[in-house]
Amino acid sequence: MSTNYDDRSRGGAYDNDEDQDRRPMGGRGGGRRIHRRRVCRFCIDKVDLIDFKDVRLLQNYLPERGKILPRRISGNCATHQRMLAEAIKRARNIALLPYTTD
Amino acid sequence: MLMEVNLDTKRQYEVVFIVDPTADEEVPRLTENFTQVVKDQGGVVTKAETMGKRQLAYEILHHRDGTFVLLAVEGSGREIAELERRMRVNDRVLRYITVRVDEDRRRAEKLKDRRARKAARRPAPGTGPRRGPTMDFADAGE
Repeated sequence: MSTNYDDRSRGGAYDNDEDQDRRPMGGRGGGRRIHRRRVCRFCIDKVDLIDFKDVRLLQNYLPERGKILPRRISGNCATHQRMLAEAIKRARNIALLPYTTD
Repeated sequence: MLMEVNLDTKRQYEVVFIVDPTADEEVPRLTENFTQVVKDQGGVVTKAETMGKRQLAYEILHHRDGTFVLLAVEGSGREIAELERRMRVNDRVLRYITVRVDEDRRRAEKLKDRRARKAARRPAPGTGPRRGPTMDFADAGE
């Protein structure tokens, strides 16, 4: 199965330069666009609790297909990604968010 | 390993249930009913809020939308069992979810405290005494 996410873990080591978006391709799988790794939004906003009823917020982390946006794209820290995933799963359970969309 | 369950401590829950949109006028009665159930079991409903009618993300029992109701319950956990049983057998309730929130809230409080202490120990950057070379132009003219 293929995803349309760019896999940052492949293609060698990248530093966190500001203009990482247009960096010469190295290693395997050249030709994919590289997302800039950002810092955790929740840490910046000092969020301690992610509510499963906050559909607006959760939707940002649910791309068209309805899958949970991976950490390597969003740049979330492990703690907040965990909280986010839990909240999304709860929201799915009561039909606030879709399990899949096609 | 035996898990020790302390039934004396107050637990906080959030219960969200979806009511059949064709039975919209029954929502207040249902809410009232469930509140009574909780009360009978020794719990307290601290908040009962209708979140309104909204579209479901997927079909449930051939319904495309439903009325969402939120109940904030405080108690030992026994009232949740009874409440869930009632909701399960009620045809008007399309779906429900119960989330225990007290533990997460306590954890959030702790994190907040820790952050506050950290901030107090180390004042915000830029407010402390200035470091680095200071320039003195007092005798620059001579």
